[in-house]
Amino acid sequence: MKNRHGKLSYGLFLFPSLLAIVTVILIPLLYGIYTSFTNSDGFNMDFIGFENYIRLFSDTQFMTSLWVTIRFSLVAVILVNAIGLGFALLVTQKVGRIRNFFRTTFFMPNLIGGLILGFVWQFIFIQAFERIGTLTGIDLFSGWLSNPNTAFWALVIVFVWQMSGYIMLVYIAFLSKIPQELIESAQLDGANSRKIFRHVKLPLLAPAFTISLFLTLANAFKVYDLNLALTSGGPFRSSEMVAMNIYNTAFLQYQQGYAQAKGVIFLVIVVLISITQVYFTRRKEVDLT
Amino acid sequence: MSHHKTYKTLVIILGIVLSLVWLYPFVIVLFGALKSRSEIFTNPLFFPQELTLENFPEAYESMNFTQAFLNSVGITAVSVLLIVVFSSMAAYALSRMDSKISTIIYYLCAVLMLVPFQSVMIPLVSLFGRIHLLNRTGLIFMNLGFQSCMSIFLFYGALRTVPISLDEAAYMDGGNFFQIFWKIIFPILKPTTVTVIILTAIRVWNDYLLPSLVINQEGMYTLPLQMYYFFGEYTIQWELALAGLLLAMIPVIILYIFLQKYIIEGVTEGATK
Repeated sequence: MKNRHGKLSYGLFLFPSLLAIVTVILIPLLYGIYTSFTNSDGFNMDFIGFENYIRLFSDTQFMTSLWVTIRFSLVAVILVNAIGLGFALLVTQKVGRIRNFFRTTFFMPNLIGGLILGFVWQFIFIQAFERIGTLTGIDLFSGWLSNPNTAFWALVIVFVWQMSGYIMLVYIAFLSKIPQELIESAQLDGANSRKIFRHVKLPLLAPAFTISLFLTLANAFKVYDLNLALTSGGPFRSSEMVAMNIYNTAFLQYQQGYAQAKGVIFLVIVVLISITQVYFTRRKEVDLT
Repeated sequence: MSHHKTYKTLVIILGIVLSLVWLYPFVIVLFGALKSRSEIFTNPLFFPQELTLENFPEAYESMNFTQAFLNSVGITAVSVLLIVVFSSMAAYALSRMDSKISTIIYYLCAVLMLVPFQSVMIPLVSLFGRIHLLNRTGLIFMNLGFQSCMSIFLFYGALRTVPISLDEAAYMDGGNFFQIFWKIIFPILKPTTVTVIILTAIRVWNDYLLPSLVINQEGMYTLPLQMYYFFGEYTIQWELALAGLLLAMIPVIILYIFLQKYIIEGVTEGATK
C-alpha cells in the first residue's frame, strides 16, 4: 500500500512547510555564515576571512554582554526552578479547588509578552519602588534602573516572575505522574512527608529537572523583548545582553558582517547547551515501568 | 486529624499570599490606569483615591487600538491556520513515508529548531527585502517557517500512535491520500491541533522583534509594535501609559479566564514533549 499514491502526494504534503522552513531558516543561516566572513554594512560586502571573529575577542562591549547574559541565565535558572518547584508542590497539595486558582495566578505572567511586561515593570521600578523607598525610608528602593547592579536584578526579578509559572507546569506534569500507591506504601512504611519528598518524589522528578533547567537556560539566554522594554540595555549598556548587542550592531551601527559573526557564536553556544541537554536527558532519567 | 487541618489551612494561606504577590503587578497597572496624572506620582501603589476613566479614551486613540488589535488578530489567525494545516500535512507525510528521507527531514527540523532568531535575522531581512516581502504576507510566511518545526514534531508524535491499518482500511474503500488525511486522520489529531493552536497563537501574538523588522508601515503595526511606539511617547504620562498597557493585556487575560484549562494543558504538553 505504501506507494499506491506515490511520492507526489508525500511531496505535495511536505512542500509548503519545507519551503517556509528552508527559506526562512536554512538559507538565511547558510548565507549568514558566509556574511560573517565579510565586512557587510547592508549594502556592500567584501570577503575578509576571520577578521570579524578575531575582532570579537577585543570587543569589550560584546564580552560585557556575554558575561551579563551568562550571569543572568545562571541566576535565573536557579531562582526560576526553585520557585517553580515550590509552586508545583504547593499546587499539588490536596486543599480543594482553590489550588486551581493558585495555578492560574502563578502562570498568568507567562501569557503576556516580554515587551508589555517590561513596560509594566518599568513603572513599578521607577515609580512604585521609589514610593516604597519614601514610605519605608529604605534607600535600597530608589533608582533601580539607573544603577548597573540593581538594573541587572530588575531584569532577573521580572524574568523570574514571568517564567516560574511556566516551569511550575513542567513540575506539576511530572509530580502528577508519580503513582499514588508509591507514596501510600512509603507512608505505611512510616516515612514522613519530608522523607517522601526526598526519597520518593525527588528521584522521580529527575527528568523534570533536566527539562526545566534547559528550558529556563535557553529562554534566559535569548531574552530580548524584556531587555529592550525594561532597561534598553542601560545604564551605560551595562545590562545589554547578547541578543540586544547583536541587534544593535546590525541595525543601529550597520555592521552586519560583524553582527553576523556574533550571531554565529551565539548559535554555537545555544547548540552546545542543547547538546548537553540531550546528553543529560538520556543519562539521568529514572524509569518507572 | 486536627493536625492535618492546620496543615491544610497553612497551605491555603500561603497560596493566597503568594497569589496576591504574583498578581500585584497587574493590580498596580489596573489602579494606575484609573488615576489622575497628579495622583499617580503621590500614590503609585494603592487603590485610587479618586477614580477616573479619562485615561482610556485618550490611550485608546493615540495607540490606534482598534487598528493594532485587528492587525494582530489577522496576522495571528492566518499564521496559526497555515501552521496547523501545513505542519499537520507535513507530519502525516513524514510518518507514512519511506523511512530514510523522512529521517533526514526529521533531523533537519530538529537542528533548525535550535537556531536562535538572532543568528538568522540579518540575512532574513536582507533576503526578504530583495524579493519585496517585508510586509504582512512576508511576516505570515516567516511565522510559518519559524513555528513549523515545533508543530511538525507535536503532530508527528501524535501520528505515531495512529495505526497504519486505519489508512489501509480507508484505501480499500477507495479514498485518496488527501481525503484520507482530512476526513479520517486529521479529526483524530484534535487534541494535538488544540495544543499547536495555543502554543503558536501565544508566540505569534506576543512577538515583537520579528514584526518590528518586517513591518514598517504605521497602519500595519501589531499590538506589541504599536505598544512600543506608544510607550516611547508616554513614559512621562504614566497614567496614559498604564491605561494603554492595560488595554493591550485585557484581550489575553479574558481569553485566559475562559480557556485556561486548554491553555494550561497545551503549554504543559508543549514543554514536556
